[in-house]
Amino acid sequence: MNTLILRTVAPLITALMLLFSVFVLLRGHNEPGGGFIGGLIAASALAIFGVAYGPGAVQRAIRFHPMAIAGAGLFLSTISGFASIFAGVPFMSGLWIYPNVFGVELPLSTVMSFDIGVYLVVVGAITAIALSLETEPDDEDETEGGR
Amino acid sequence: MAAPTSTPVDLSTAMILAPPALGDWLVILPVALMIATGGLLMMIRKSVRLHAVIGLSALALLIVLDAALLWRVWQNGPITMTMGRWLPPFGISFTADIFGASMALASAIVALLASIFALKDISTTGLRHGFVAFLMLMMAGVSGAFLTGDIFNLYVWFEVLLISSFGLLILGSEPRQIEGALKYAILNLIATTLFLISVGYLYAIFGTLNMADIARKEAAIREGAPLVTLTALFVLAFGMKAAAFPVNFWLPASYHTPRITVSALFGGLLTKVGIYALIKVTVMLFPVEREAISLAIAVSAVLTMILGALGALAQNDLRRMIGYVVIVGIGNMLAGVAVGTPVAVGGAILYALHSIVAMTALYLMAGEVFRLSGSWQLSTLGGLWARSPWFAGVSFALMLAASGLPPLSGLWPKVVLLKASLDIGAWWLATAILVSAFIVTIALARVFLLAYWRPAITDDPMTGDPMASAGAVAAADWRTAAPLCLLTALVLFFGLFPEPLLQASQMAADGLADPRAYIRSVFPEAATP
Repeated sequence: MNTLILRTVAPLITALMLLFSVFVLLRGHNEPGGGFIGGLIAASALAIFGVAYGPGAVQRAIRFHPMAIAGAGLFLSTISGFASIFAGVPFMSGLWIYPNVFGVELPLSTVMSFDIGVYLVVVGAITAIALSLETEPDDEDETEGGR
Repeated sequence: MAAPTSTPVDLSTAMILAPPALGDWLVILPVALMIATGGLLMMIRKSVRLHAVIGLSALALLIVLDAALLWRVWQNGPITMTMGRWLPPFGISFTADIFGASMALASAIVALLASIFALKDISTTGLRHGFVAFLMLMMAGVSGAFLTGDIFNLYVWFEVLLISSFGLLILGSEPRQIEGALKYAILNLIATTLFLISVGYLYAIFGTLNMADIARKEAAIREGAPLVTLTALFVLAFGMKAAAFPVNFWLPASYHTPRITVSALFGGLLTKVGIYALIKVTVMLFPVEREAISLAIAVSAVLTMILGALGALAQNDLRRMIGYVVIVGIGNMLAGVAVGTPVAVGGAILYALHSIVAMTALYLMAGEVFRLSGSWQLSTLGGLWARSPWFAGVSFALMLAASGLPPLSGLWPKVVLLKASLDIGAWWLATAILVSAFIVTIALARVFLLAYWRPAITDDPMTGDPMASAGAVAAADWRTAAPLCLLTALVLFFGLFPEPLLQASQMAADGLADPRAYIRSVFPEAATP
């Protein structure tokens, strides 16, 4: 879309929304939020960027193809389930470690890595759909979105 | 946040504290392996060369895992792993019995052989569009459906395999494929929605979704709850998935449109998942209600068989004809469900295992016919016997298997089903099984007569036959020959030595008729009779 206002604010909005999506992802363990809703927010951020600058710009900005991001998320989530084989508990059990980083106790868990995987799947899949909807039929070969 | 300093709580009321045996991981590994491989392939979607190697090794590993699982279940009875340590029925259980494990093993074998065929059949473009990734995710859905012990989770796996099958179906994006996919997608989504509604209804009645939990609570609830309605809803939903008459018209409308490898996988696996779910729900969970609607199931079975067989006889397109042969098989399995005695259910399970292998092989045979002669139409095919005698022999064996003639594996399930239906005096069901098998024999003999024995049709004797151009690519290729020969060998082996399969299917059926071992594996302490 070729309006100066959108083009000016789009990068700002996109950056803010991406930051917010990570916040929502991380607070999701005990409060409203999580990987799915965070991923949707991030995908809408990329969609806004795409509306302003075109799908090619989004593709260049995120470096990897959206479907590759979704695949990485699926892989990460599955692998998270396997951590429990070493702890002697059933598949997908939540396991926690509490490393001390600069004097702050940081709770990390397989639940979180699973949720990050969900986040990536949602970002990748929805962005792929959004990009292929924004792509003009004649330059489809360029981005090949949504396949 | 669960801080390490929190006050101690008694975890044993909510969680499984005993560590699971390492062998129990076999229940979840097939599904997890397929999902992880699918994700990995999506990550390296540009490196098409690696796809085939990774996909084939993953499927080979899947066979090993499923075989180990079947071995363990055979030795120890059903095994269960409940996700996330939560006690069942709150945690989602994966429970493998002989039925599920043997179906999973058969589908893994078929998937590997069909993928070898795909090396020849699927182009680089197909690979770039993610054929292998879709195949992995579909196998995740199929394995998950066979191994899960939770009925809502079963719905989830149905969705997984449905969505990846859409991707496989439109590989290539031809208009004809989109049309077929549209019919397939809409009707299957209706069936899945119906399934979801039934699950919601079931949850409202039972307050649980764990199959073992439902099975042990069923007897107490039976009096006051509308369970016959519920069972009928499930039968309709799964019947639609399995392509039972009168909700099977989507299958002939769509199964001939994709690449032949995809047709082979669909014909071999997807309808059988529907039958698996149907058998599991009606025979194991609601046996009394199944008895109440058994006449309706039997009528549907007879019509599925007879109309499917007549459809097969009427087709000119080889792939459409095989689609109808698949439907006839579904009718036979439904007959087993309708009779419902352990012998009959064992026959249906045996038929399902046979059908997974034989129907895939039949579709792959059609693919080879097309590769040799460049046509799907019976009206133009001819001279295959002269062109490739070994292939004609293999095809002949497969046709015998599909029509249920000795010495191939199609004979035994039909014998068991006939005996079971005659035992309860359902002579008309037995007649329908025999008549439909007879018509299928005629239909397949017609194929053999026209495509193999008839000399090749030449348009113009001066320029030679129109297949001269196809003749250049008609040399035997191990990538198509090996899967066909291996599948035929499998069909022949179990035709000559049916004892292990007969025993397995009978044990599976006994386990469904008396699910105490199944329940005990999920709830070790409290197995109510």
